[in-house]
Amino acid sequence: MSGAAISELMASLKSGKFTFTGELEPGKTANLSRHIEAAKKIKGYVVACNVTDNPQSFAYISSLVASYIIQRETGLETIYQITCRDRNRIAVFSDLLGAGALGIKNILALTGDHTTLGDTPQAKPVFDLDSVQLIKMIRQIVNEGVDMNGNPIESPPKFFIGAGANPNANPIELELLKFEKKVYAGADFFQTQVVFDIEKAKNFLKETSKYNVPIIIGIFPLKSYGVAEYFNKNVPGVKVPEDLMALLAKANEIADKKMKRAKYNEINLEYFSNFIKELKRTTPAAGCHIMSVGYEEIIPLLVESVK
Amino acid sequence: MIVTEQKPLEEILNMLKPFKRVFIIGCGKCATIVQTGGEEQVKQMAEKIKNSGKEVTGTIIVETPCDARILRRDTRALRDVIESSDAILCMTCGAGVQDIVEHLSKPSIPALNTKFLGIIERIGEFYERCRACGECILYETGGICPIVRCPKGMLNGPCGGMYDGKCEVGGYKRECAWVLIYKRLKDLGMLDLFKSYKPPRDNSKLNVEPRDIIWVKTIT
Repeated sequence: MSGAAISELMASLKSGKFTFTGELEPGKTANLSRHIEAAKKIKGYVVACNVTDNPQSFAYISSLVASYIIQRETGLETIYQITCRDRNRIAVFSDLLGAGALGIKNILALTGDHTTLGDTPQAKPVFDLDSVQLIKMIRQIVNEGVDMNGNPIESPPKFFIGAGANPNANPIELELLKFEKKVYAGADFFQTQVVFDIEKAKNFLKETSKYNVPIIIGIFPLKSYGVAEYFNKNVPGVKVPEDLMALLAKANEIADKKMKRAKYNEINLEYFSNFIKELKRTTPAAGCHIMSVGYEEIIPLLVESVK
Repeated sequence: MIVTEQKPLEEILNMLKPFKRVFIIGCGKCATIVQTGGEEQVKQMAEKIKNSGKEVTGTIIVETPCDARILRRDTRALRDVIESSDAILCMTCGAGVQDIVEHLSKPSIPALNTKFLGIIERIGEFYERCRACGECILYETGGICPIVRCPKGMLNGPCGGMYDGKCEVGGYKRECAWVLIYKRLKDLGMLDLFKSYKPPRDNSKLNVEPRDIIWVKTIT
């Protein structure tokens, strides 16, 4: 993360300020007005916002196009997620140059979920590169101005390069070795998988502090009891703590819709404010990545509460 | 071992629809061992074909149908019978079918699906272990192949779809190849091999075109 800041996200992380990022997941649509509205709501509270690339292998609108339009329409900087699942190295390279031309500054480079998990399981899984190789490719583009074969790029783009990590992984030693590989390949910053167990976040941040790379911890305020249940059933390794589940279950019984929503907000604020304050107080975490897609209203409240 | 599976009879009969007189070739090596195209299976298949109202002109188990020399040798005496048949039903792997196509003039129908290059734990339990990718990296991965055993063919460690050592593909039942590799390299004291960066594979040397190997004779 050396040199002058090339993006607001980079500037924020460089300054050492606790940095918030958000996440948008445009789906099977050619109209982004809903996501533009959501981005406007969280602008000013998050420094930048991820735009997902066919998450869980569901065939959605192009993340490059969505990243560009959302950034252009709202002025909120996007973090363009790019995976290796659907494109070979030629297509990935070409999209990266395209992203540069469109003014995309931040990238999150991921391997991508397997095709068989999504809504088009018959698709050919490409995986011509893995995440480490993708990070290295982007690093070469940015630092050396060349493609993977050393061919010069006439006018190379600048990117702030992000990578994923999972503090919940078991065996964790293996995840730490992979983390190291991503650092050496050229990752500027990390955003992690959702963490509920703060001890796991603390341990991960302790083990990785020697690399001196900003790590943004993923959190997921839960819009409803149903969302929490979905998490427990469908996201292995991520468990919503029992005390939080109990509170959400109780809120779920409230009949009045407005009161129910207020209660959900109150529970999330209480829980995640404490979580963030604890992170700030006891760890070198660079910030929090608030991944609650469709629950944008909590973000301003939460960010204000930990100021 | 090339592991094969018999196609459903209905599919086989459908392919054989235009033909009346059928000659059957089995395989004396892989398909015999895997019990998909050996003597017993050829006998049973001949019965089924007959029961469907067709004539079986003859059967033979070629020792190795994928070896053109052996195929020619073993079928030589049966040339007339084969000539008088309308089609050949091949109870061999895909390589066998294509060798038969090249050396015998009749339409050749595959009776098996060629699944993979694998190991036999016991009959009825086969595991894919080699993708025949062309450039073996087993030394770097503790003898466990991530090309074939990781659904994403990851080269630099596990992806985010690993949970408790298991793989997201197939619902967390199969071991994550990279956890196996990690444990193996750790046991061998060779973890440095894991830590080293593995560049993307050179697909121009791998599977973009049919691969040939032609030995060049050197005069000494």
